[in-house]
Amino acid sequence: MNKARQNPFNVVAMHGALILYTLVALFPVFVILINSFKTRRAIFREPLALPNADSFSLIGYQTVMKQGDFFLYFQNSMIVTVASLFFILLFGAMAAYALSEYQFRGNLLMGLYLALGIMIPIRIGTVAILEMMVATGLVNTLWALILVYTAQGLPLAVFILSEFMRQVSDDLKNAGRIDGLSEYTIFFRLVLPLVRPAMATVAVFNMIPIWNDLWFPLILAPAEETKTLTLGSQVFIGQFVTDWNAVLSALSMAILPVLILYIIFSRQLIRGITSGAVK
Amino acid sequence: MTALTLSNVNKSFGNVHVLKDITLEVDEGEFVVFVGPSGCGKSTLLRVIAGLEDASSGEIGIGGQQVNLVPPSKRGIAMVFQSYALYPHLSVRGNMTLALKQEKQSKSEIEKRVDVASRMLNLEPYLDRYPSELSGGQRQRVAIGRAIVREPKLFLFDEPLSNLDAALRMNTRIEIANLHRALDASMIYVTHDQTEAMTLADKIVVLRDGRVEQIGSPMELYNNPVNQFVAGFLGSPSMNFLPEGLLPDGGQNTIGIRPEDLFLSDEGPIAVRVSHVEKLGGDTNVIAKIDEHTVTARLFGQHAISEGQDLRFAFAPDKAYRFDATGQRLR
Repeated sequence: MNKARQNPFNVVAMHGALILYTLVALFPVFVILINSFKTRRAIFREPLALPNADSFSLIGYQTVMKQGDFFLYFQNSMIVTVASLFFILLFGAMAAYALSEYQFRGNLLMGLYLALGIMIPIRIGTVAILEMMVATGLVNTLWALILVYTAQGLPLAVFILSEFMRQVSDDLKNAGRIDGLSEYTIFFRLVLPLVRPAMATVAVFNMIPIWNDLWFPLILAPAEETKTLTLGSQVFIGQFVTDWNAVLSALSMAILPVLILYIIFSRQLIRGITSGAVK
Repeated sequence: MTALTLSNVNKSFGNVHVLKDITLEVDEGEFVVFVGPSGCGKSTLLRVIAGLEDASSGEIGIGGQQVNLVPPSKRGIAMVFQSYALYPHLSVRGNMTLALKQEKQSKSEIEKRVDVASRMLNLEPYLDRYPSELSGGQRQRVAIGRAIVREPKLFLFDEPLSNLDAALRMNTRIEIANLHRALDASMIYVTHDQTEAMTLADKIVVLRDGRVEQIGSPMELYNNPVNQFVAGFLGSPSMNFLPEGLLPDGGQNTIGIRPEDLFLSDEGPIAVRVSHVEKLGGDTNVIAKIDEHTVTARLFGQHAISEGQDLRFAFAPDKAYRFDATGQRLR
């Protein structure tokens, strides 16, 4: 056993640092949550106080429910995020497998080309993307967002996943080939389960920016029926008047779905099923 | 009938020529071992036979049929990998039946074959476990079971014992030998361990740098090596090589004597100083120096020899092998 781990001082210091960081990270979320349950005046008088009998109010949530179709926004955000993640993982994993498993002309060049996407922000191409979406009639559809987010997430996904796929034992894949499995079966049944932790990492990395994005929904899909949650919340933030109750309530509710998705993926992160497959 | 025919098989990876003009035949029911130091191309050769790598040139025939363009699953082979390569998401039974399901065998046939194989390998209690719940030896048996149920024309073993500990290795070695007897199947076995080669093989193929050095039965190779490499590779402890010049009336060649052919003699031609003694009870291994050269002698029984002692060894002239400067045997 590592000696440093047994030293009680180190244990305390380590846990102290972790707890401190947890508090710092959770503090804004905590403030948002408590203030979303307070009256407007209470929010500004004592922002850090917990809601009590006097200051407790659900006015924010009521405003959010009345204003616009918030469940539709929720649904849109959910559809866009889940569909984008699905395509990023599917196409990213397939491209990564091809790059790591097969020898073909231009393999290295293709890998570099895909990695280049990590360094160039997709927003630079916004005008061109908008023109393309207009030309294809995809403006104001969720598909416009899904396609853009998939393109945005693919480079990093290919980069991370191909690194992990290289570590999957060749013997395992060869055993599958000898047993008569097709390349697709080998990919879906043998390789994908083994890189599940890496897939979860990619999913978490991509999920948050997509969920929080304001830029592309505002430009590509600002119509009422395709608004995402982030875009929908913007109605409460005006240039001169901001309905803080509503903003805080909307934000509190927006946390939930991401939290659930994160819990799903993080369990995959922890679970290692490789043990026992190959020595 | 021949189980496997290779004629002039070559394999290159880019500029690296890994296999050079390999030609050999494996008869039905024969146990053939490919042996050689690491990097000699023996595993690559096995992969070429399995169809996991394409040969750059040459012909591969399995069971009398040319298979150069046949995919691995249709070649009538089964392979046991060094790392076991069990499917982690399938139970032992699932691992063993996957290939049969792919071949669309009937349920009763699959059941029957799994029964036979699991009884043969004592795997019955583990059929519903997952690979992660098995020990190394059990995993290896599952890997072998997975090969047996396919009833292949040719078994391929890729260093199957190198992940096992010494005691288990010996047991599994005997199991594999029994298996070969029971199945009467053709098997090709790759190893770098000359003990495994000697104990298992009907026929040994010694490889070096992608070339076949010699093919023959274990005793043929042991008693009649064609060159210094084969002579030095087989046998443990390995053969002593000394310049003839060290001995009285010697010439320019190298002389090779097996450790067990040396015996103590006061008039012996090899005068050495003992540097280390290994007392094994039944045998005594004496490691000694003559100038810069190390000589190992394996003496039967127990001897009171200690480090630093001066000894003289002798050998019967007909037990000595002579090699020229290029390592070729002189007869």
